[in-house]
Amino acid sequence: MSAALANLCVRVHLPVNLVGVNYVRRGALTTERTMVAAEGAWTLAFNRFGLGARPGAVRSGDPRQALFAELAAKEGARIDRSDLSSTPKILQAVYDDDWRRKQERDRQDAARLATLAMPAPSVAALLPPSPLDAAPPPSMMSEPRPEQQVFRAEAQARLGQACSAPIGLVERLTAFWSNHFCVSVAKSGICRAAAGAFEREAIRPHALGRFADMLRAVEQHPAMLNFLDNAQSIGPNSIAGHNNHAGLNENLAREILELHTMGVGSGYSQADVTQLATILTGWTIVGRDGKLGEPGAFAFNPNAHEPLAATVRGRLYVEDGVAQGESALADLAREPATAEHIATKFARHFVADAPDPALVARLAKTFRDSDGDLAALARALVADDAAWRTPAAKVRNPWELTVAAYRAFGRSPSDPGPALASLDLLGMPLWRPGGPNGFSDDSVAVWASPEGMKTRVELAARFAGQIKDAPRPTALLEDVLGPTVSSATREAVARAETREQAYALLILSPEFQRR
Amino acid sequence: MTAADFWPHPSRRQILTAAGATFAAATIPRWASAAGARDPRLVVVVLRGALDGLSAVAPIGDPGYADLHGALALRWDGPHPALRLGDFFGLNPAMVNFARLYDAKQALVVHATATDYRERSHFDGQDVLESGMPGPGRVDSGWLNRAVTALPAGERVGGARALAVGATAPLVIRGPAPILGWAPSGLAAPTDDLLARLMDLYDHSDPVLAKALQAGLDTDRLANRQGMDALKPGGDVALLMRKAAEGAARLMAVDDGPRVGALAFDGWDTHANEGGATGRLAQLLGGLDGAFAAFESELGPRWNDTVVVAITEFGRTARINGTVGTDHGTATVAFLAGGALVGGRVVADWPGLEVADLYESRDLRPTTDLRAMLKGVLAEHLGLSAETLARSVFPDTLGVAPMKGLIAV
Repeated sequence: MSAALANLCVRVHLPVNLVGVNYVRRGALTTERTMVAAEGAWTLAFNRFGLGARPGAVRSGDPRQALFAELAAKEGARIDRSDLSSTPKILQAVYDDDWRRKQERDRQDAARLATLAMPAPSVAALLPPSPLDAAPPPSMMSEPRPEQQVFRAEAQARLGQACSAPIGLVERLTAFWSNHFCVSVAKSGICRAAAGAFEREAIRPHALGRFADMLRAVEQHPAMLNFLDNAQSIGPNSIAGHNNHAGLNENLAREILELHTMGVGSGYSQADVTQLATILTGWTIVGRDGKLGEPGAFAFNPNAHEPLAATVRGRLYVEDGVAQGESALADLAREPATAEHIATKFARHFVADAPDPALVARLAKTFRDSDGDLAALARALVADDAAWRTPAAKVRNPWELTVAAYRAFGRSPSDPGPALASLDLLGMPLWRPGGPNGFSDDSVAVWASPEGMKTRVELAARFAGQIKDAPRPTALLEDVLGPTVSSATREAVARAETREQAYALLILSPEFQRR
Repeated sequence: MTAADFWPHPSRRQILTAAGATFAAATIPRWASAAGARDPRLVVVVLRGALDGLSAVAPIGDPGYADLHGALALRWDGPHPALRLGDFFGLNPAMVNFARLYDAKQALVVHATATDYRERSHFDGQDVLESGMPGPGRVDSGWLNRAVTALPAGERVGGARALAVGATAPLVIRGPAPILGWAPSGLAAPTDDLLARLMDLYDHSDPVLAKALQAGLDTDRLANRQGMDALKPGGDVALLMRKAAEGAARLMAVDDGPRVGALAFDGWDTHANEGGATGRLAQLLGGLDGAFAAFESELGPRWNDTVVVAITEFGRTARINGTVGTDHGTATVAFLAGGALVGGRVVADWPGLEVADLYESRDLRPTTDLRAMLKGVLAEHLGLSAETLARSVFPDTLGVAPMKGLIAV
């Protein structure tokens, strides 16, 4: 039997092969283990801390240093693109569009009323108006809403940044914080238009900065003020409160305590929620009229602000105006419960669904000791041996999976449509979580559901079917998942019937699905 | 008892059909003698996964066959007898339409054929089969596209865009010539084969994902069963093949439609429970058979000027394996159907099935270069010169002469 033939038989008869491989491994254990450990660390760097390897990714040197280097670029999280506008400019376009559509509707309503008031000229006028008459004219109907176009451009920018990042830790941090402080485009045209800008303006500049700065930027962003209804919240004893039937809305204040800072059940009271809500009254969005400033920008409206001092967590806030809320937020950022809450979420997101309590404690200490320095927090995670020792048992969430799939084939989508559709089908529509708590960081129970796995297979098959001109599947497997990939996965990819099937199996392999 | 006792012909190395003599006469391509009247259609069907030629067109007359192919072997008798293609070869009973076309001289089989690729990797084998290049890895363009590119300007074949069926254009038709893409709905869905392989992988290495995926598939199956009773298990594969062929044929039947098309059918990698006269492979062959029939009926009068070629990257082991299937091999069959053919024959230089006859003592030995058949079709059906074929369509194949006499004059 020739050598080639012997090889082939080994490939074909799997059980025999397994015995052989075990034997070989055992023989070379001492030299191999250190090497495999280092290479396994690179795979972890790409998958646990980043967004997956791209073909030709460098795997030499210390992966920790490579991650530290990504964190060292202070502006690395920012997106600066000339085709993306600031929130006020975006919202002004939305305001103008709303205004034009309303004018058009009013004009048509008036015209129809006039027609109905006249004596019937023919039988046609007796018929009910067709649905077409009620709609804006075709020219306006066919025009996409500005928020639609903005959303796609923002999505494309986010995808592009994620697909081109060297390892992707900073983009992972951005996604983590954006989900922690989520808004939902399902809320309103304003949220749909400003969700991307919210991430660019409130999250990215602070992803490697200070938590307190991010917190302030988030709670003062028009998208958040609209999403959690604070723009309409009015102090009962304010000027507007006296003239108006509207009143206090606690939504934002509650979620700040429950989700953004201290966490549910961490010791704040209903009174704290109400008092914080009064402190935040007047934090609003400038309307189309521009009375409070540039239309579409954040503004403090003194007429809506509750004038009285307020107590949150036993601290009395007597400042005037916006400074009162900023002061309260700064203190909430320093609450020990906030450090605990963030550290737990951070470790759960990156390392394990049930993270090692000692790791959480070390991250919380870093958060406290550094006064919420988020780059220091990320460095502490990367530096911690526990973050590397934990087995890759988490399942990639749909965003990570979608981006990793593009990256594995060296691609970056030229159109965000297919990626956005995948995210919808996989249950993680971009900037559209089911509630203000965002998408879950618990990975296996949430993402490895029966329906979810079936959808992953369908999408992987479709994605793989559209790949052209990619490297040989076996070579790509080594390149993307590294030398530690299991023999079962290697076999499955090598023996696939077609390239497309091999690519689908690569994407669906446990090593690609988990991190 | 030796093989010679049973051998129907004095020489082992012999073309088994009586048509050998007519080949030489068919030197003037039809396009040249009747230029303008001809409007040929050519369809290439790529069967990915390596078709077991010995179960598709069984050499039942070869004394070694029944023993080697064991439980999978086709027979002249029994509940599912093979369909006769002469006295030596029997066609898989799932291919009734192909048998009918064969009897009408509109179909033929090339047996013991392979490209010059001699390793056993699907990807590389498909690269060579579809690119027409001398080795794997050169995947910028396929031979069918380059053939269209090489046609004289103003030719009707070259004038219309070539048709690529499926979510991705098969490599054989990719290249500089413009392509019209079309996919029947549902073709891109994960195949049962992918699911089986994935479940196998998860069973080995990730029980959590295995359990979740199994539950998801069970739910799906239940929903489908309740939704449509008509879909039998495995029957959807055949349905998809027929739908793809029907759609392609309709597009190619119109006056300004594509003259050249390519499809790819997956699923031929039958390592386990391959089945013989019935079973998995028979279902696939039934699907291919339905595709031939769909081309015949949908192309209408165009069928008379049509050739459909079904080719695969390599064959499978002559001997069945321990899981009642076959592993990657070498030579296999190619199917040709269409009204333009000189059909009703099996073209083969039969190598025999004794151990010494087998390639590396395990596979059917290739005796006919598949590219000779493909070059023959391109030469006689589309009118490409041997020089062009050896230069740009199948580079470095001057030594592989185009097969003659495939197309009716």
